Amino acid sequence: MVEQTVQIVSNERDTDLYFRLIARAPQIAPLVQPGQFAHVRILPLREALLRRPFSIFQVSGETLSILYKTIGKGTEVLSRMRPGEELSMIGPLGHGFTVPRPKGETPLLVAGGYGMAALYLLAQRSPQKGIVLVGGRRRVDILCEEEFHALGWEVRVTTEDGSHGETGLVTQALLTELKRPTPGRKLFACGPTPMLKAVGRLAAEFDLPAELSLDEHMSCGIGVCLTCVVPIKAGDSWEYQRTCTDGPVFDSREVAWEAVE
Amino acid sequence: MNLSVKIGALTLQNPVTVASGTFGYGVEYAQLIDLNQLGAVVVKGIRLEPVRGNLTPRTVEVTSGLINAIGLQGPGVDGFIRKYWPFLKELKVPTIINIWGTTVVEYAEVARRFDALGGVGALELNVSCPNIKEGGAHFGTDVKLLGQVVGACRKATKLPLITKMSPNVVNITPYAKAAEAAGSDALSIMNSFPAMAIDIETRRPSLANVSGGLTGPCIKPIAVKLVWEAAKAVKIPIIGMGGIQSAADAIEFLMAGATAVAVGTANFYEPQTALQVIAGLRQFMKQKGIGDVREFIGSVQTGK
Repeated sequence: MVEQTVQIVSNERDTDLYFRLIARAPQIAPLVQPGQFAHVRILPLREALLRRPFSIFQVSGETLSILYKTIGKGTEVLSRMRPGEELSMIGPLGHGFTVPRPKGETPLLVAGGYGMAALYLLAQRSPQKGIVLVGGRRRVDILCEEEFHALGWEVRVTTEDGSHGETGLVTQALLTELKRPTPGRKLFACGPTPMLKAVGRLAAEFDLPAELSLDEHMSCGIGVCLTCVVPIKAGDSWEYQRTCTDGPVFDSREVAWEAVE
Repeated sequence: MNLSVKIGALTLQNPVTVASGTFGYGVEYAQLIDLNQLGAVVVKGIRLEPVRGNLTPRTVEVTSGLINAIGLQGPGVDGFIRKYWPFLKELKVPTIINIWGTTVVEYAEVARRFDALGGVGALELNVSCPNIKEGGAHFGTDVKLLGQVVGACRKATKLPLITKMSPNVVNITPYAKAAEAAGSDALSIMNSFPAMAIDIETRRPSLANVSGGLTGPCIKPIAVKLVWEAAKAVKIPIIGMGGIQSAADAIEFLMAGATAVAVGTANFYEPQTALQVIAGLRQFMKQKGIGDVREFIGSVQTGK
């Protein structure tokens, strides 16, 4: 974990409300593990004090990139920042995905919308290539498909309105895939909580291990404020653990889904 | 140049501490800042048993501030001693342990446990958390109960006792005096302000707990006035806090009558804040030719 001032290299619209930002972060980029995030202070935001967490998408030498959606005042201001401008970044943060060992499990990735970005480094660093299932509401919600193709991965797309790939939910495509008996699979997922819950249920049904990247509101990002807690099984009950430091990636079997709000 | 100040029998190398609940147990910040440069580390509130805390969402960002309703999630006395004390006791700067209970007896028992631990710098009594139904705020907003809880802890320990005051009172003076009379060595002024935010799309409160405590730069001027009022009423030192982001903010608190300050919410968004405040304080003293930080304490001139 390092705090440094990073410089924006590029910050371009991807589709619709989504942007890709590349930053020069020489102290952070080399340390990044798949599934980790960066906590970013958007300096022009004056009255909104908190940092914003972003999953790290790609890493290349001294640069790293994020893929974000403009959903509030923070990301809107961020989307207007230009190359050369600076951000304060703390990273890499969080407990990420377990990269499969050579000749180990075959990864089956499940992404909801821009959750796909958080899975890219895992796909890149996994010795076994696999399938990534990605779902979104519309065509514009499906991002970085080409990057996964370029890694030699198979990408299966579902959209709710049928504008791209199959019509339906990504979890329906997952069910279809899981019905094909293939040994040694492991699920990795990132997306909205209802999707993760459905992935967790399917993993249990098919008796497969699953690592899920949970998305919760954060304040500090480093484990002190206890904003981003999720219920994790402990004995015959559960306790709150922190998405920012104990997660964001949790073993699906450890999550106390009955207590997830 | 002297930056050191005294809080009861405890000497701080400089007057800049951190606010309980914004700094975890210190160890979380160790990779980002040199903890040994602080005046003291103040840990999150601890009661006898582990506490699960409130449901989520627990915090909401508001204009120049943050409303929180964490509910004092924590490991309990034993969990704290096992998980965090081995790290904290090796620090060169004192650890101030924030404690609370649901009864006067529990407060005193927690105080006794930490007294027996050895090596603790001071205890800060949290009588003012707005997010706990039992314990917390009602001890801080009832003069008689406040005196009882401080008095019981005073009997339970020789450690310096700091009472963290509630801002949720019409006049802080009788409360400050009650804590002093019951044996408190210092006052922390203050805890967060009761507050609420509503999501207009869903018509639901932004927090699961409905309301919470407001902190951050938006509360600073209110906190400065509370410090100023309390400083006129008591002889014991005051640790001032509320929205400090810079040395200038800290100096305002000192001039209002605080002997030391605590950086709170700013730790969440800028972990370097406390160290920047210390550096800025030195610089200001140099600029003004002031050799001792204590010259600032209560130096505001309100006369004509």
